[in-house]
Amino acid sequence: MNEYQTIAAGLLSSGTAAMVIGYSEGSAKRVRPVFFTRPEEASTLVFDSRCVQNIAVYLTKKEIRTEGKIAIIASLPVMRSIIQLASEHQLSEEKIIVIGITPSGEVKQFNGFDALDAYVSSTTIEIEARYREKIEQVEKMTLTERWNFWKNELSACFKCYACRAACPMCYCTRCTVEMNQPQWIPVPSHTLGNFEWHIMRAMHLAGRCVDCNACAEACPLGIPFNLLTKQMILQFKKDFGGYNPSLKGLNILSSYLPDDKENFIQ
Amino acid sequence: MDEKNIYVPYRMRIEKITQEAPGVKTFRLKFVNDEDALSFSFKAGQFGEYSIFGAGESTFCIASSPTRKDYIECTFRQTGKVTSALASCEEGNVIGFRGPYGNIFPLDDWKGKNLLFIAGGIALPPMRCVIWNALDRRSEFGNITILYGARTVSDLVYKHELEEWGSRNDVKLITTVDPGGETPDWKGEKGFVPAVLEKMAPASANTIAIVCGPPVMIKYTFPVLDKLGFTDDTIYTTLENRMKCGFGKCGRCNVGKVYVCKDGPVFTYRQLKSLPAEY
Amino acid sequence: MIESYLLQSSSLTKLFNKLIETRHIYAPVKKGMVTSFNRVESLEEVAKDYIQTTISAKSILFLRNEILFHYKQENGDVKIMEPDLQRIPELVIWGCRPCDAKSFKSLHSVFNWDYKDIIYSSREARSAIISFSCNQADEYCFCTSAGSGPGHTEGSDILLTKLKSGDYLAEILTEKGQLIRDMIPAIFETPSSESKEDNLARIPIVFDTAGLKQKLEQAWNSELWITQSMRCLGCGACAFVCPSCSCFDIQDEKHGKEGVRSRCWDSCGFSLFTRHTSGHNPRETQAERWRQRIMHKFSYLPDQQGFTGCTGCGRCSRACPADMNIREHLAALINDSTSPENRVA
Repeated sequence: MNEYQTIAAGLLSSGTAAMVIGYSEGSAKRVRPVFFTRPEEASTLVFDSRCVQNIAVYLTKKEIRTEGKIAIIASLPVMRSIIQLASEHQLSEEKIIVIGITPSGEVKQFNGFDALDAYVSSTTIEIEARYREKIEQVEKMTLTERWNFWKNELSACFKCYACRAACPMCYCTRCTVEMNQPQWIPVPSHTLGNFEWHIMRAMHLAGRCVDCNACAEACPLGIPFNLLTKQMILQFKKDFGGYNPSLKGLNILSSYLPDDKENFIQ
Repeated sequence: MDEKNIYVPYRMRIEKITQEAPGVKTFRLKFVNDEDALSFSFKAGQFGEYSIFGAGESTFCIASSPTRKDYIECTFRQTGKVTSALASCEEGNVIGFRGPYGNIFPLDDWKGKNLLFIAGGIALPPMRCVIWNALDRRSEFGNITILYGARTVSDLVYKHELEEWGSRNDVKLITTVDPGGETPDWKGEKGFVPAVLEKMAPASANTIAIVCGPPVMIKYTFPVLDKLGFTDDTIYTTLENRMKCGFGKCGRCNVGKVYVCKDGPVFTYRQLKSLPAEY
Repeated sequence: MIESYLLQSSSLTKLFNKLIETRHIYAPVKKGMVTSFNRVESLEEVAKDYIQTTISAKSILFLRNEILFHYKQENGDVKIMEPDLQRIPELVIWGCRPCDAKSFKSLHSVFNWDYKDIIYSSREARSAIISFSCNQADEYCFCTSAGSGPGHTEGSDILLTKLKSGDYLAEILTEKGQLIRDMIPAIFETPSSESKEDNLARIPIVFDTAGLKQKLEQAWNSELWITQSMRCLGCGACAFVCPSCSCFDIQDEKHGKEGVRSRCWDSCGFSLFTRHTSGHNPRETQAERWRQRIMHKFSYLPDQQGFTGCTGCGRCSRACPADMNIREHLAALINDSTSPENRVA
């Protein structure tokens, strides 16, 4: 067994963890999230570049919370999500063990959030070049062109909410889109309703999205709404020196500093 | 095309609004189109989709008797988006109504039998329809007993009708409120419906029991009826689940393989026992 | 009443061009990674070599948003304007797969069950379905286990099977199909002796639906509902890409004194689907919602309508962001030994 499999098996056999959440081989050369409680299952854990689903999403689910202490195989985006969730008081430290796997393949076990926070803080969120180029392209468009670009992309959305379901930060038990007194967002998936939905979601993720890309990976229709959150991360870099989830720092958009730029007022 | 668009509601004018209890109102509705009124008919137990144009539709039973032909009535508690919109209506406003949908209380099969109605809280409306239906055909049935309970005196709905039923010689009415829900001049019973039922111990011979109420009341009432000798086929109740269409297409009101909108809302206790607890 | 003809490969364009003179044609169009049914003007726009479209052909007859009526409040009354169904154009669904074509049978029966839905029915009546047999499949396909198959004819008006020669075997299956043939009879030639079966994809049978139904009758309390749905995220991707899923929501939208009431796709996987206004939810957990999805398709619908609500297209598995694989899960349910015999707790 490799290192993370051995750690996972050890945590289960010693009773330190009641369940391990990770990835195993799925169908058609895909991987799928798995929930193991027996040490012998750990040998089927896999971790590679196919593991793009953000399994931190399961940590806030009622069915999982009641399982006891959870060990989770965590890529860097999953680690970032855990810190962001912890900073929003959604996770309890004593119930989570992080078996982190760094981008260079190093396996690091984190038993507390402080160590994980220190590691996450030592990394930076970088928007991939292909997305930066696309964002630049969209930003260079005239208003009409940009409107048409988004209309064309977002009108395809049929509101299956896979983006929301795949996102660890979308943990609200009642989403704004389901509030109906008043009805903030139209329910039908027409172009207006889709615009409102995706803009609202992007706004709610501002300063919270860790750029794991799980939403875009989940979208069955390949809609590039992740450009919105990626653009915001680039904007934070310009305006506030960048965003990284942290237990110590201030939340980037819900904190005020006297020297904050006010260049949005024009 | 001579076929109808089944989603288009009748237009109904609110003729009278009665405030039954805090948050609970009854609307008396008349068809805007006379032709609709003439072609419309329903039976006790059926329900409809009531709508505010722009807010949406909501499902409740038809609370008036099918023997009162020139209007229908509905009673609802203001809870969600549509019921809040309905609650803000005034007399004279036009709302939508689709129906009637669902099965019926088999009143014709109950001829010659005693009827025991047991209702709790806001669940009197579905029963009121069949009570008035039976009272309007009074000679066809044996003893008629109504046991109705609510949390507090002010939560009792249809207060005028309760008075009317209570003053009739051919109806036995017992009202009860939960302990602590009484007012100083309350003359009815104090206690939960199942306990009061057990105390009054109605005879089960040749009697049909019709039970409507919140799930917890139903849960504790069935064993009492069982103890009193009612068989599973002589106990009727109505189920409610979230619905959109009312005619078996939107796919959300099913309890196992049974659609509340098509196979219900009226079920016998025997049928209920064969269903999973998806309600 | 199946009539078979040979359609030369060059005749395909003739058929398409003849149809487009009088009808709107919807066909698979590829955009990026996604293939979906769009209105097309020429055969060149139509995708080639797709195993399956991302969204099924149901989206053409059962629109994801459908206006049921417009209303306008005036003079203390409400005026209701119904959609003019006579204006629905004659449609051709071109390039449907046999599994999608078969699923129209289940949509038809749900929309005609006791109450006839004339909005769906009018569009259906004006549509002709020209399907193409599958000569390739992927590991998500399981039509042969779900009462369909790569050359299944049910639901199609014309089924075209591509032969090794590049020509097509054309099976005219319905009166609508005959009408199309009669529009351009010259291209429908005497068939060759080449067998249809030899030109179809091989899709192994993994279970039989009758056995599955029988098993599900006993499976209410199975542990598998919980273990299989553990990774389910509770989105609606499976239902929305499904050719048979027909559950919907009804919603009003208003702009001042006027507005619309419309119907839009909904999914039993959403937690709000069955939630009462009181907050009570008859299907509180994802496991219960997963059970509903499977039971509805493989137990309730067979009882109510006589066929399953699944034709084995595999789209739900392809679309699932958490790799819920319906074929695998159904096979597991058939071999399940965890369910107590008592059907209801």
